[in-house]
Amino acid sequence: MTEEKEILTVSPGVQTDKTEFNPEEAYEKSKFALETENLTVTFNGREAISDINSKFRKHTITAIIGPSGCGKSTFLRSLNFMHDLTPGAEVSGSIKIHGKDISEYDMTDVRRRVGMVFQKPNPFPTMTIYDNVAAGLTLHKRQSRKILDETVERSLRLAGLWEETKDRLKVSAMALSGGQQQRLCIARTLAINPEIVLFDEPTSALDPISTSKIEETLYMLKKDYTIIIVTHNMQQASRLSDYTSFFYLGKLIEHSKTRTVFTAPKNKLTEEYVIGKFG
Amino acid sequence: MTDYYSMIKNNSRGRKLKSRVMLFLCVFAAMLAILPLVYIFFYTTIQGASSLNLEFFTELPKPVGETGGGMANAIAGTAILVGLGSIFGIPVGILAGIYVTEYSKNMFANIIKFVTDVLSGIPSIIIGIFAYGLIVIPMQRFSAYAGGFALGLLMIPTITRITEEMLKLVPHNLREAALALGIPRWKTTIRIVLRTASGGIITGILLAVARAAGETAPLLFTSFGNSFWSSSLDSPMASIPVQIFNYAISPYDEWHRKAWAGAFVLISLVFIVSLIVRLATRNKYSQSA
Amino acid sequence: MPDIEAKERKIIKSTRKLSDILFENATFLFALLIAAIVIYIFYEMFMDSAESREKFGFGFITSLNWDSVRGEYGAMTFIYGTVVSSVIALIIALPVSIGVAVFLTEIANSITRSAVSFLIEILAAIPSIIFGFWGIYVLAPFMRTVIQPSVQSVFGFIPIFGGSGAGFGLLTAGIILAIMITPIITAITRDVLKAIPVSQREAAYALGATKWEAIKMALLNAKSGILGATVLGLGRAVGETMAVTMVIGNKAQIKESLFEPAYSMASVIANEFAEASGTLHISALIEVGLILFGVTFIINSFARLLIYSFTKKAQTR
Repeated sequence: MTEEKEILTVSPGVQTDKTEFNPEEAYEKSKFALETENLTVTFNGREAISDINSKFRKHTITAIIGPSGCGKSTFLRSLNFMHDLTPGAEVSGSIKIHGKDISEYDMTDVRRRVGMVFQKPNPFPTMTIYDNVAAGLTLHKRQSRKILDETVERSLRLAGLWEETKDRLKVSAMALSGGQQQRLCIARTLAINPEIVLFDEPTSALDPISTSKIEETLYMLKKDYTIIIVTHNMQQASRLSDYTSFFYLGKLIEHSKTRTVFTAPKNKLTEEYVIGKFG
Repeated sequence: MTDYYSMIKNNSRGRKLKSRVMLFLCVFAAMLAILPLVYIFFYTTIQGASSLNLEFFTELPKPVGETGGGMANAIAGTAILVGLGSIFGIPVGILAGIYVTEYSKNMFANIIKFVTDVLSGIPSIIIGIFAYGLIVIPMQRFSAYAGGFALGLLMIPTITRITEEMLKLVPHNLREAALALGIPRWKTTIRIVLRTASGGIITGILLAVARAAGETAPLLFTSFGNSFWSSSLDSPMASIPVQIFNYAISPYDEWHRKAWAGAFVLISLVFIVSLIVRLATRNKYSQSA
Repeated sequence: MPDIEAKERKIIKSTRKLSDILFENATFLFALLIAAIVIYIFYEMFMDSAESREKFGFGFITSLNWDSVRGEYGAMTFIYGTVVSSVIALIIALPVSIGVAVFLTEIANSITRSAVSFLIEILAAIPSIIFGFWGIYVLAPFMRTVIQPSVQSVFGFIPIFGGSGAGFGLLTAGIILAIMITPIITAITRDVLKAIPVSQREAAYALGATKWEAIKMALLNAKSGILGATVLGLGRAVGETMAVTMVIGNKAQIKESLFEPAYSMASVIANEFAEASGTLHISALIEVGLILFGVTFIINSFARLLIYSFTKKAQTR
């Protein structure tokens, strides 16, 4: 553990990217890693989520729950410009990262600060395990071999995949099992050293053993990252998270401490969903 | 539905016999369609392979009456013309294909698709006239440039189409994965998406190149022909198909044999490329299954 | 809640890097280049045929005259040769192609299917010069010594089978074209048949239909797609140059008999363009090319629209 911590604080190649902005200073300014205000996403004029006001504390895990189609993923994807690819999508309102409005950042910079792990494992099929983890760095700018080696090892360790793959880093990523691929995707996201990591139902396509490994990883990541996870697994939400947001029909119904949401929800709808009356 | 009903009312033995006959005719049709291929393939092999020797690949054509000689200049010419065509056709084809799948969100994609289909339907002789008007007339001479340009134009629709199809097969989530890492869109497209689809695109390019190598009509009045080595790219250049044509319609047996040898070279090229394409695509399908 | 609707919303726009904008516009330009080329082909041929168009007007299309010595040009004989040889090709190729497509989708097991499709793919890839060469030395003699005498001994009294060709003529050209367009019609018909849902055939079987009757249902349902395939094959036949040039006989005439030599639009360009006598001759040949371009453009557009609309319909079903 201490060893990992050390490597983590080194990672010089990544820190240099963010010179125009001093993270420590910003950390002091705000205790929230991410804030949204009146965040609304429309697809061809039809509202998918509307007026989401939410704040995410640093070094916490927030679970987003809600029935299918309630806008959980739409919300998550709006936080790092993932709707940019969808024709007809329009995001309005405001998003602040460390208290600074998202429009003041460059788009690719936002994506490097706000990493994302998707529902289905999506390693780059033409690349080796090593190249997959290093992709975010190598495709950004040229990096020295030493920095790459260090980053790959650190990231794979953090994702709990180092022991399984250290002897076959040059093997195609497609040779890994589904659970391993997903951990590889987590490592790939951590390699660019984001501040916030979004997880979009990261375990829904995986078996229980892989799921528990990833949950362990998430729990450990909390001390260095701010995590937002969309899940439709209520146990997962209650096991992992510090805060829980409940979405319903495109609205944020309730956002409280996880224990509150699961034991004494303030909203009737939340209560009904949590005890399994619908969804 | 009334159709089915009236069918069933008819006597069933007659219907079964008819079904048998029609199915047999379909099998017969398949054999009939393959027959000319087998015939052409073996005929060309028998006629061509016997006149094929080392000289064919290394010597210039000999005048009528003299035995020996080869098609070395035509073989090199075809390689050069196809090379020139590739320099022009491959980038245009791939980039246009990228535009259609990755960027255009509207009617324009459909228009480009339609135009690509139209271009693929334009007779190759017309492409020859176009290259003649665009390059031969201003330069006032037949040239390898004109021939290469015509072949490149003919390659574009195939390459654009295959690029489109292959890029469409790349899962959307790979694009998302790359963009989420803060990789710019253009780099994502080239380094991740195009890279992932490269196998299929390369087979498509091979196919387009093989097809261009066999084209005759667009070369007749662009690169024209040449009995000797071409001194430069702005002079007439020999090519295998045009050489075959000139020899085939001549009255000399010796030239016919040379033409068959050339035909055998072309048909082998087509066969090998088709085989590679087939194996490559089969591999890919079994992997994804 | 009208006031919420009316509320000004601050759109979060994604910023794009210059490199991204440049790359997107580069791909756009190349896509545009393809469209520009197609338009420019038409423009160039239109301009370059001006001399001939001005001199002969519409009479160019209907005139049977093609005389480079006297400088009189008309395209009718070539149009006739192109149309008749293409129609013969379709009459032969269509039933065969449908049969092969049915064989591939409904009868063959997976090994035969991939073998036959592979062979048909190769057939499509063989250069037309080789078809023509084979036509001169195999098909034309076969027509002269076997087909023509045997057909004439039975149907000789019908004018289209009369005459005294030497193996080079409309019928030979039609047969070569049929061989060449079969792979195209087959491939698209196969795709179209594949797009018909299995449930339709199952419904037919459930009602007691025989295998052929079920297939017939599928074919009837696919008829607009098959028509598209046919028209596409027609477009290919109309524009085919080398193979036709080598077997059609290259004689600018219109005779009743299909065994007689004729001439096609593409062939006359291939034969005369490089050695044309003067600008009027070139201009007339380019006008023939312009007609050919127009015809194939219309045919291909029609075919593509048929196929697009069929596949769209099949996808939404």
